[in-house]
Amino acid sequence: MNARWLAGKVGAALLTLAFVLVFNFFLFRGLGDPTTQLARLPQSSPEEIEQLKRDYGLDKPLVGQFADYVGDTLTFDLGISQRTREPVWEEIKNAIPWTLLLVGAGTLFATLLGAWMGVVAATKRGKRTDTGFLGFSLFTYAAPEYWIGIILILVFAVAVPIFPAGQQVTPGVEFSNWLSEAFDVADHLVLPAIAMTLLLLGQYFLIMRSSMVDVLTEDFITVKRATGLPWHRVVSKHAVPNALLPLVTIAAIQFGAVAGGAITIETIFSWPGLGELSFNAINDKDFPMLQGTFLVFSAGVILANLIADCLYFFLDPRVQTR
Amino acid sequence: MTGARARELLFGTWRGRFGLSVLALFILMAIFGSAIAPYDPEASSLDVLQPPSRDHLLGTTESGADVLSQLLAGARISIVVGFAAAIISAVIGAAVGLFSGYFGGWTDRILDALDNWFLVIPTLPLMVVLSRILNPSLGVLILVIGITSWAGTGRIVRSQVLTLRERSFVERARALGASHWYIIRTHIFPNALPLIFANTVLIVAVAILSEAALSFLGLGDPTQISWGTMLENAFAAGAPSAEAWWYVIPPGLCITLVVLSVAMLGYLFEEYVNPRLLEESFESTA
Repeated sequence: MNARWLAGKVGAALLTLAFVLVFNFFLFRGLGDPTTQLARLPQSSPEEIEQLKRDYGLDKPLVGQFADYVGDTLTFDLGISQRTREPVWEEIKNAIPWTLLLVGAGTLFATLLGAWMGVVAATKRGKRTDTGFLGFSLFTYAAPEYWIGIILILVFAVAVPIFPAGQQVTPGVEFSNWLSEAFDVADHLVLPAIAMTLLLLGQYFLIMRSSMVDVLTEDFITVKRATGLPWHRVVSKHAVPNALLPLVTIAAIQFGAVAGGAITIETIFSWPGLGELSFNAINDKDFPMLQGTFLVFSAGVILANLIADCLYFFLDPRVQTR
Repeated sequence: MTGARARELLFGTWRGRFGLSVLALFILMAIFGSAIAPYDPEASSLDVLQPPSRDHLLGTTESGADVLSQLLAGARISIVVGFAAAIISAVIGAAVGLFSGYFGGWTDRILDALDNWFLVIPTLPLMVVLSRILNPSLGVLILVIGITSWAGTGRIVRSQVLTLRERSFVERARALGASHWYIIRTHIFPNALPLIFANTVLIVAVAILSEAALSFLGLGDPTQISWGTMLENAFAAGAPSAEAWWYVIPPGLCITLVVLSVAMLGYLFEEYVNPRLLEESFESTA
């Protein structure tokens, strides 16, 4: 692997992250006096506010404050949540696996389903299936994912109650073993994962479709057909592997949408991830928590982009020779 | 946007006709919606969460207000925020792309880094943070969506300007001693304008979705009804568990339809600007 190329990518990612830190710092200090947000006590005396300023290092010059902020952040000290009075990082740490589970399930299903739909549509171009898939993907692009989520609850949790309407496990149940607990979580995951899948599906499908259309018109496909290889073998053995590559790129572009979807979908389903933390922080004006979740969302998207870049590097030999 | 091909794209394809007619319908709704609403959209009554009836064609909300009236009144916010935010985004994106592509060098490096940053950072979390700090209002909604949605436009305009800059008519103007400002104004900008326009139409769709999402999360204008706030209220009032489908489906469907119509028009303009796209995308369904 080209070490210089990798160093460049990592450097760019770190620089982007550094800008997030600068942005976060100035945003929350520049647009509003942090002491009024920190105090939260309606009748704080001037002395108490002075004490708070000293406690939080707000009496130092801005550069010193920024150094403190960067130092704290690098040691995972993200402050105290104003809502729960718990350390922000503790809450975020507990929330990350749940968000990864939801996002991972959604991305996996959207990739598989989108790739399959794309292959089918491209091989049946212009036919009714193709038009139907195109219409469906446009609809899922335009429809808000939280609206779809609410309808899923109304239909599959209330009208025909086959799935739970929210949360990650059935409350108050003692599980005899980890397997039954895993099944319970999976049961709760179904509806939010469907909402996440539908959020991503349209783009994955459109990319896979156009990529397949490109590959199917290439000469080597015609040659393979001329050798008498059955059509389905030409598609599965030769066209699909070549058309899969752009999915990696689109996955990277979609990470931002995934983060946004996590906020709304977790809100709808009371899924205890980063998105629900953000939503609670919005309602309670819990600025340290909002700052923390924004930082972690951004870091996650930057990291995911970096991984996608590296994956692309390994998968496409043409990039390496450039 | 004149000429037979533009007319053909707009009126001759089902996408053009769908986009134009649905968008026109929603713009009329935005102008006259509150005037033709059968009830005061905010008026509460004792008919709480009632299904559709002759009195209330789309039923009532948790406070007994008329869903249809709220729906008609809510169109205004979507349309106003969608278009206003897209214009802000177009101005920023066009300026960044023009200067970045035309001047190159350090201007390009700095502006391109800024563009990249906004492309990578997750947009909704960024909008959420900004609107929470600035305290929600109509202006904040427009501003926040506008200043977070321009990165794609900037990127596309930049690459267009990079090729325009090398064209012979620009070199000729430069050789004749034309100023940078003059070249940008008379040669670069007019040639990039169709692209900026097509891209802005697509941003309208993104902006309408963003407004709905922010309003749904409680960051909308608290003084006005929008489709996003309707969904927020419906969800908070337990409409799903009350099976109040008449309260849940209409606002989401309106958002979906208006976004679809704008996106259709945006894709058409994009194809008009860049005919190469026509072969790749939707020709089979046109």
